[in-house]
Amino acid sequence: MSDTLSPDVSPPPTTGASPDGSGGAAGRRSQAASRAGTVAVAVLLLLVLPFYVSSFWLQTGLFAMAAVIGAIGLNLLSGTTGQLSLGHAFFLAVGAYGYVWLAADPSGTGSAHLYGLGLPPLLALVLAVVLAGVAGGLFSPISGRLRGMYLGIATLALVFLGHHMMLNARDITGGFNGRSVPALEIFGFSFSDTSPDGLAVLGVPFGGLERLWYFGLVLVAVAWLAARNLVRGRPGRALAAVRDSEVAAAVMGVPLSRYRASAFIVSSMYAGAAGALLALVFKRVVPDHFGLLLSIDYLAMIVIGGLGSVGGAVAGAVFVTLIPHLLTKYADHLPLLTAPGTAGSGVTPGDAARYLYGAAIVLVLVFAPGGLAGLAHRRPRRTGDGARRNRRFPLRTRTTSDPQGVEGATPKEHTP
Amino acid sequence: MIKLAETILNGLALGSVYALIALGFVVIFKASGVMNFAHGSLLLFGGYVTARLHDTIGFLPAVLVGAALAAALAGLVQLLATRGLRGAEIHTLTILTIGIDVLLSTELNRRVGADFLSMGDPWGADVTQLGDITVADSRIASIAVAIVVISVFFAAFRWSRWGLSMRSAAADPEAASLMGIRLDRVRLIAWCVAGALAALAAVFLAAFPAAGLDRTTSQIALSAFPAAILGGMDSAVGALVGSLVIGLTAAMAAGYQSELSALGSGFSDVAPYLVMVLVLLVRPTGLFGSKELTRV
Repeated sequence: MSDTLSPDVSPPPTTGASPDGSGGAAGRRSQAASRAGTVAVAVLLLLVLPFYVSSFWLQTGLFAMAAVIGAIGLNLLSGTTGQLSLGHAFFLAVGAYGYVWLAADPSGTGSAHLYGLGLPPLLALVLAVVLAGVAGGLFSPISGRLRGMYLGIATLALVFLGHHMMLNARDITGGFNGRSVPALEIFGFSFSDTSPDGLAVLGVPFGGLERLWYFGLVLVAVAWLAARNLVRGRPGRALAAVRDSEVAAAVMGVPLSRYRASAFIVSSMYAGAAGALLALVFKRVVPDHFGLLLSIDYLAMIVIGGLGSVGGAVAGAVFVTLIPHLLTKYADHLPLLTAPGTAGSGVTPGDAARYLYGAAIVLVLVFAPGGLAGLAHRRPRRTGDGARRNRRFPLRTRTTSDPQGVEGATPKEHTP
Repeated sequence: MIKLAETILNGLALGSVYALIALGFVVIFKASGVMNFAHGSLLLFGGYVTARLHDTIGFLPAVLVGAALAAALAGLVQLLATRGLRGAEIHTLTILTIGIDVLLSTELNRRVGADFLSMGDPWGADVTQLGDITVADSRIASIAVAIVVISVFFAAFRWSRWGLSMRSAAADPEAASLMGIRLDRVRLIAWCVAGALAALAAVFLAAFPAAGLDRTTSQIALSAFPAAILGGMDSAVGALVGSLVIGLTAAMAAGYQSELSALGSGFSDVAPYLVMVLVLLVRPTGLFGSKELTRV
């Protein structure tokens, strides 16, 4: 019954195209031009950044890039397909540890022995992403069948089981202390500080972080473009249909369990890439990083950014990643904050960051359900209430008997 | 044999605590369709209040105040959800509880710090001998209290006016509200009941043999998630059965740790999740959960 509130023929809210079509073709063209200009400036800025900023900023930026990739993936799953997942940290871990295991040479003896395949790092990276996808696929008997909350909790199990495995499979993961990450190397070009050639570009020494920065940018660009194409194309429409009404999607010929499982696999692969990049930046992987908190971080990213929007996921990821780093760096200059490690009852930067983004989740949901993406797109809307509601709450459920949903069930009106 | 009996008793005690938490999940889910991720924080909050107050006003009043405040806090969350997010989707509300959990747990963790707070419970570290079996008094108390509280809950659910409204609201909210049942109020009470149950559970989670209430107590509460899911989110009986299964599983895995060493140390922490995943593979809506029906 609540399905009447959204004659869901309108494109999914993820496309970014305004359904009201205000402005006409000319307006749209100039809009597109100004948008292309903004993108060009942003890209240029990102490209020259390593020449000017310190390694702190480069590292923070790289963390943000990893988060961006992971958040885009989770958004494909939760925002576009409407499946709640708390297991993202597990797939990040698979990517990170997978890369280390594939790229590292075997080392140590006895109880300190560590397995490693010693593959070329680039191949290891690709295989790590595939490995994460396989892990997602192995979970598909569950992810394809479970719905809503059940899936959310089942993925919660993945995080705990994964953490247990990371602690106990010592000869692969290094156990509690983790394992150091071999540097990336592409066709002999090393992405580390220790390369013999001592590369300098325009007088700026190019160490590992600077080199990784560009690699990260490429990864992000690929992830972004792939996600946009996916969301705007045929699979994206099918996934949005699954989200809006499984019955209707099935009737229209969408193979439900296959699409649900593939969304899960694709999202896992994104997480795997994010995990591998994270490992490269950290230079060490430890199990405690990949806990429930990380999963919740990712959920926070896509909610704050705006569910279902690729650009929103990017914004949310940058927001959630930058805040703790910024607060830590400037703890001395901010009121109420104490630097980490110092005694006292003040709020540590880590806590402050969690307050901020906990509050951000609540405030975004209450006041701006479209997230940052929704705010960016906000403009006077002339369509009826129905379309607007549909846009505001992209994560739709099939519960038809809930009066809270019925409340919005006014037929969509096109007021002139 | 003695070890088996002790393990089973431990499992029942653990299961009874889980039951208090899982019933809270189920009540909230039945009333408003929300999976309450803030439940662990509510539990920690109730326990924290009890731990701070028991010195000044005594144990029992402190527990009551803790339960009352946790109930009030849970009610507040529900008010925020209904007032602030009128017309929102269920998923959105669930994510809202995650946001609230982040806020609450950060504040509580900061206050508790690295301490173990004593609950001031009267059982202390006393043990009772039943034949050859040794049981901690706090475990016996937890089983007894859980039986009483859960019986009262089921009686209320079956015979009180609130229980009737609650059951009809869960069965068909539209019809129920047309018949004059005030859904908002039913939901509010459901959240409050769940909050009070969680606070009660905190007391037993922190009692002997645990060292006291600490910041990880709310994480232990997460183990009640599998219990609720295993039984089926919309079944109170399922929550009970699921809790006992999970409690026994965890106790067995902990009690026979040395025999299970092939599965890695700390296996007892993840065993509940493993059992849950296995059950969900066979029954995607849990043991007693109602199947989702679709009519076209």
